[in-house]
Amino acid sequence: MTKPALDNHTALSAAQVAELRHYYYQMVLMRRFEERTNEMYVKAKIGGYCHLNLGEEATIVGLMAALKPEDYIFTNYREHGYILARGVAPGPIMAELFGRETGVSGGRGGSMHLFDVSKGFMGGYAIVGGQVPLAVGAAYALRYQEQPGVVVAQMGDASTNIGAFYESLNLAKLWKCPVLFFIVNNGYGMGSTVEMGSSEPDLWKKGASFRVHGEQVDGTDVLAVRDAVRRLRDHAEATGEPAILDVVSFRFRGHSVIDADRYRDAEEVRQGREQHDPLRHYATWLQDHALADDAWFATLAEQVEREVQEAIDFANAGPDPKIEDIFTYMYASPVPNTPGPEAARRLL
Amino acid sequence: MTTITYRQALNSTLGEELERDPKVLLMGEEIGIFQGSYRITEGLLQRFGPKRVVDAPIAEEGFVGVAIGAAMLGLRPVVEIMTINFILVAIDQVVNHASKIHYMFGGQVRVPLVIRTPSGGTGQLAATHSQSFENWFAYCPGLKVVAPATPYDAKGLLRAAIRDDDPVIFIESLALYDTKGEVPDEDFVVPIGVAEVKRAGHDVTVVAYSRMTAVALQVAQRLAEEGISVEVVDLRSLRPLDRPTIIASVKKTNRAVVIAEDWYSYGVTAELAATIQEDAFDYLDAPVQRVAGLEVPLPYAKDLSAAAKPSAQSLINAIHRVLHGTRNNHG
Repeated sequence: MTKPALDNHTALSAAQVAELRHYYYQMVLMRRFEERTNEMYVKAKIGGYCHLNLGEEATIVGLMAALKPEDYIFTNYREHGYILARGVAPGPIMAELFGRETGVSGGRGGSMHLFDVSKGFMGGYAIVGGQVPLAVGAAYALRYQEQPGVVVAQMGDASTNIGAFYESLNLAKLWKCPVLFFIVNNGYGMGSTVEMGSSEPDLWKKGASFRVHGEQVDGTDVLAVRDAVRRLRDHAEATGEPAILDVVSFRFRGHSVIDADRYRDAEEVRQGREQHDPLRHYATWLQDHALADDAWFATLAEQVEREVQEAIDFANAGPDPKIEDIFTYMYASPVPNTPGPEAARRLL
Repeated sequence: MTTITYRQALNSTLGEELERDPKVLLMGEEIGIFQGSYRITEGLLQRFGPKRVVDAPIAEEGFVGVAIGAAMLGLRPVVEIMTINFILVAIDQVVNHASKIHYMFGGQVRVPLVIRTPSGGTGQLAATHSQSFENWFAYCPGLKVVAPATPYDAKGLLRAAIRDDDPVIFIESLALYDTKGEVPDEDFVVPIGVAEVKRAGHDVTVVAYSRMTAVALQVAQRLAEEGISVEVVDLRSLRPLDRPTIIASVKKTNRAVVIAEDWYSYGVTAELAATIQEDAFDYLDAPVQRVAGLEVPLPYAKDLSAAAKPSAQSLINAIHRVLHGTRNNHG
């Protein structure tokens, strides 16, 4: 793995140092958030399906570091880390996993359907590939209204096999929609490999028939991801040209919390965690460049531990949505002959 | 008031709404240069240009999804699906996305989207071009589904749909495009979710929508000459369903026939019959009669095709059954 050289780090401003450290903070926060999420799931505080971002911290933090406030993000259902790194507070995210009214989606969405419009985080979507045309549409609206910004269509490697992706590539290119197709390539769908599902396993080449530029980046290298996204993002914004970024990373665990991961060789997984841990890589890099020392890491670990615990406390304290409110949000424009509060009260 | 066709009602409303609100845009296959397969969008590309009237490639899932995403950011797309049969390749976007985004994300964004599409069968279009799938969408909470039968309702409901902040499936009918009716010149809307008694009567209620409302009105006229007084309830909206108007009518006439073009089992008539027995059971003098399509892929041959679809005659037969107490012998 190549790391960007940082020859003149002594010349870094305090703000630059703070930013480089902040990436590490976000990665550790994500790691601990997801580990504790796993724990809360086992304790049955969290229901449904639950997919973790463990091992993808550099991919996600690198992406978010390059995006601007005017950008929008549509993701798949493995999205806790994305909304966290986008700057949404951990408490309301954990509260959504707990199904509380204080959750980011009011307890209506759950782990796979996190949303915060104030941060341009336009949702986790759990129909594989379904979010991709939506992202193109958001980019279409930006161009239509002559607004700055781009849209990220985050997706997994296996979702590059669905038709919606190809229709999206075609439409984005035809209609000049500034979309970054951000493919998180951890080598596996659920249990099947990229090679089992894609006749073209070099996913960054999949835009070729649509004249959509594609490239690949090491998803365990936060700075490499940041720099690649920044370049493609700025180009998309300036020209309306979509692009594919194939971001290669290693999945630390099974597909979801309840997946025992029996189809992967145990030794391969052990070595993968060892060799491809983005936190370890980046911590070493920070130390090598004298940007952080043991005391800083120790303080940070304590701070993150506290923040994640506070998020859990916040989630625990939040009220459950009321049965009376079950029909709230059904329609944005009220119409007659729909069930309302009265019908909901009859459920009590 | 001006007398215009159903097609003109749709075309003029699209033009007026494009004029009124710069966030409204039209999107669909062959709606611009070709001016629409059924010429509903005739002249609009010339008037409003390619930014507002967008010719889409054959990629319904893609461009319906694009329209939903654009609506989430505040545009108001009006999508044309050439026929409802083609929407099946986009149904994931409609059912799994458009219908759920407002609710599932706690009301944070709206999806002000209209999908216009003709449904039903006419003119020997055979099995894959004659289907009625509005019940699939009416089944789905979060969508609104309207199906006007007259130029007046077409105009008023299309206006309401475009100005509504939720996804609306707007059902048209090839057989209605050339029908005429009076339409006010001033701005008006027909509220979504409200049925209308299109003809008052006291012997039997016929509940219908879209083309079947036109059939029911013709039948009512004919039967009036035989001394049978038929009340016609035109649903206009399938979701929300205006149950109170249906029930009020049945309580008055004590007999009901429900008719729809879709297949018999699990179709719209099943919902209507269930609604009536739930809320007006004690008022019924005879079992509710259902008139619906035969359960076959619609055959091409002229006589077979006609036999498979509900007709004026099948409705008349059902009305006689409900009036004289004979049982439906539907197989």
